[in-house]
Amino acid sequence: MDLSAINPVILTASLMVAATPILLAAIGELVVEKSGVLNLGVEGMMIAGAICGFAVAVETGSPALGFLAAALGGAGLALIFGFLTQVLMSNQVATGLALALFGLGLSALIGQRYQGVKPPATARLDLGPLSDIPVLGRVLFSHDPMVYVSLGLVAAVWAFLRVTRAGLILRAVGEGHDAAHALGYKVVRIRLMAIAFGGACAGLGGAYLSLIRVPQWTEGMTAGAGWIALAIVVFASWRAGRVLLGAYLFGGVAVLQLNLQAAGVPVPVEYLSMSPYLITIIVLVIMSSRRGRAAVAAPASLGRVFHASS
Amino acid sequence: MTALLKVEGLAKAYPGVVANDDVSFDIAEGEIHALLGENGAGKSTLVKMIYGLVRPDSGRMVLRGQPYTPAEPRAARAAGVAMVFQHFSLFDALNVAENVALGMENPPPMGHLAERIRAVSEAYGLPLSPERLVGDLSAGERQRVEIVRCLLQDPRLLIMDEPTSVLTPQEVEILFATLRTLAAEGTAILYISHKLEEIRRLCDRATILRRGRVVDSCNPREKSAAQLAEMMVGAKLSVPRRAASAPGEVMLEVAKLSLPSVNPFGTSLRGISFIVHRGEILGIGGVAGNGQDELLSALSGEAIASAGTIRLFGQPIGALGPGARRRIAVLSAPEERLGHAAAPDMSLTENALLTAAIRQGLAERGFLKWPAARAFAQKVIETFDVRTPGPGNVARSLSGGNLQKFVIGREVLQKPEVLVVNQPTWGVDAAAAASIRQALLDLAESGAAVVVISQDLDELMEISDRFAALNEGRLTPARPSRGLTLEEIGLMMGGAHDMEVPHAVG
Repeated sequence: MDLSAINPVILTASLMVAATPILLAAIGELVVEKSGVLNLGVEGMMIAGAICGFAVAVETGSPALGFLAAALGGAGLALIFGFLTQVLMSNQVATGLALALFGLGLSALIGQRYQGVKPPATARLDLGPLSDIPVLGRVLFSHDPMVYVSLGLVAAVWAFLRVTRAGLILRAVGEGHDAAHALGYKVVRIRLMAIAFGGACAGLGGAYLSLIRVPQWTEGMTAGAGWIALAIVVFASWRAGRVLLGAYLFGGVAVLQLNLQAAGVPVPVEYLSMSPYLITIIVLVIMSSRRGRAAVAAPASLGRVFHASS
Repeated sequence: MTALLKVEGLAKAYPGVVANDDVSFDIAEGEIHALLGENGAGKSTLVKMIYGLVRPDSGRMVLRGQPYTPAEPRAARAAGVAMVFQHFSLFDALNVAENVALGMENPPPMGHLAERIRAVSEAYGLPLSPERLVGDLSAGERQRVEIVRCLLQDPRLLIMDEPTSVLTPQEVEILFATLRTLAAEGTAILYISHKLEEIRRLCDRATILRRGRVVDSCNPREKSAAQLAEMMVGAKLSVPRRAASAPGEVMLEVAKLSLPSVNPFGTSLRGISFIVHRGEILGIGGVAGNGQDELLSALSGEAIASAGTIRLFGQPIGALGPGARRRIAVLSAPEERLGHAAAPDMSLTENALLTAAIRQGLAERGFLKWPAARAFAQKVIETFDVRTPGPGNVARSLSGGNLQKFVIGREVLQKPEVLVVNQPTWGVDAAAAASIRQALLDLAESGAAVVVISQDLDELMEISDRFAALNEGRLTPARPSRGLTLEEIGLMMGGAHDMEVPHAVG
């Protein structure tokens, strides 16, 4: 065992990279859940985004177009969910689970031609002298643009929910859809927009995996990241800042686990790979056993079918 | 007086029902106009059309001489029409200022809005602090939020749907003073209520709807409440009658019952004590959210208390669950009809099985006796005049009044020794309410002990022998109902606390 092989600077830098896909997916799902919709299909939307982004990036040679296609692919899949649950009023849990499985199958179908293909590389953002700062430069200023996009999205979502009127309306729809409807807000339309945004974010997260993190296409490559993203939203008790914290925590555990394995820590690998999921469960148990404000942090209309009865 | 709003020949039909048919009336500026009618008479549909939530099939409206066709509530608000809803319009997890902002077209920035909320609420004697979470407010304070939200938009017409159903008598006085001030300033008020005495005190004119049509209009001050009720129903109403009788032995005894609430927004019970005699109805009043639901759960066995705090004929029953209590004939009917008293998507037969299986022997060795269950459901339907095609219909398909008759009837027919009901006639029309009250009186007369928890004080005064009030989870000592004045009741309900005398109100 040689713990000195673990370099904290590289560990932190790679933690940010490892956390970015789940951060993107989780911040999108946060907005969806804030509007009162529970979309369990994050995994499906992520992997759909992963293959859409990968295919377009390979065909056009442009990672930027790839990310755009990933966002559109994720949003498109999400809108199928939106149409089923908001217009046809199907059950959100069942539809979300079906979407996750559908996304996995669809992406495998599209991806058949792309096994073993190498995607065009995404350039690191050149921040000039900033990147040369010792330690900080390596940790904060030497990443690809998507890392900064994800951080920007978190800040934007935080500000949107906190200070804008549109954000207030979105929260109101999630807190009480009947009341929002009575005041004349278009519940279904607002929710569809939130669902599309959530899908686009999940798609970006998936494409980050296939274009930057891995980077290649393999079937089922999201490997549960979508489920972790869902857990993070609950872990964060529906707050944007805590989503960032949660994503980096889980990303950190994942990276640390790899490093510990490499350093030869005599703990079975399986325990380490289980650890993020175990932590999620423990946090969920602690949170739901605590009464009071934390327990009521969930949007009051979350997962409930809205039927306009006017 | 000039007409502010003229409604001419408005009609709206839903599949299978005509909600409004050729409805015409007008409201003058500064007038307080009552809209009277039973449940299902079409009052809600009518005001929803005026507020732009529902589009009429035909007919027209004229507001201040201009054709008025609001496509959505936004347009209605812009035209100066505001509405205070009975339910469903506030968000518990948002604060007062955010709730107000959501109901406004162009809200000023939050800081500025908070100032204006303070200013307006002070001016009309409705103090409110903008930062508080609505979930933590009392029912009266919540209503203030709604009213202030409307007032901030300088409405010409204010629609109020059942505004007093959740208020103490003192809070009602404050509200009426505010409404009179508004009317004096020229705002017209369209006031919907079941409470005929209130309408007689407050309103200048009343339009009466029956089955979607305007059947009459009158000056409510010149009519008695009974006359108004007859105009609404279109038939003579039978007033529940009670036979005076001496109370019997003590049946139910509750002593120092304290229970923490399971719901974070709920109220814990604190040292509740009362007794109920054979043949007696104990009325428990109080503003919603002062422990009514929790008290019902404790008495029904949903919430387990320590054994000795609840006794039946001296035997401790506090630690028994709902099934065990049903076995010894302690039955209950909770407030929420859909989802608590009845499973919405199950048939009436299945709903009858759910509470009556034990006492009526509708199950044997784990197997259901369907014919017996169907017969029992049918008996409830016939005895209590529940209007439904048959026991195979799902609970959700019944109107509120009919389902309530079924829920109460189901318990009454099981011959309870003790029956506890919460809000037995909430949202039920006058005729159904009268028959439910009569059923409770008959049950008491036949030798049961009945506890009626209700926010309708008129109802409690009408049927209860003794009256006690819940206030923040505590129960006042019970007093004989006969001869209690409204003021005494208000004080028992703790009306004096959390209230301020309206200032700047003439």
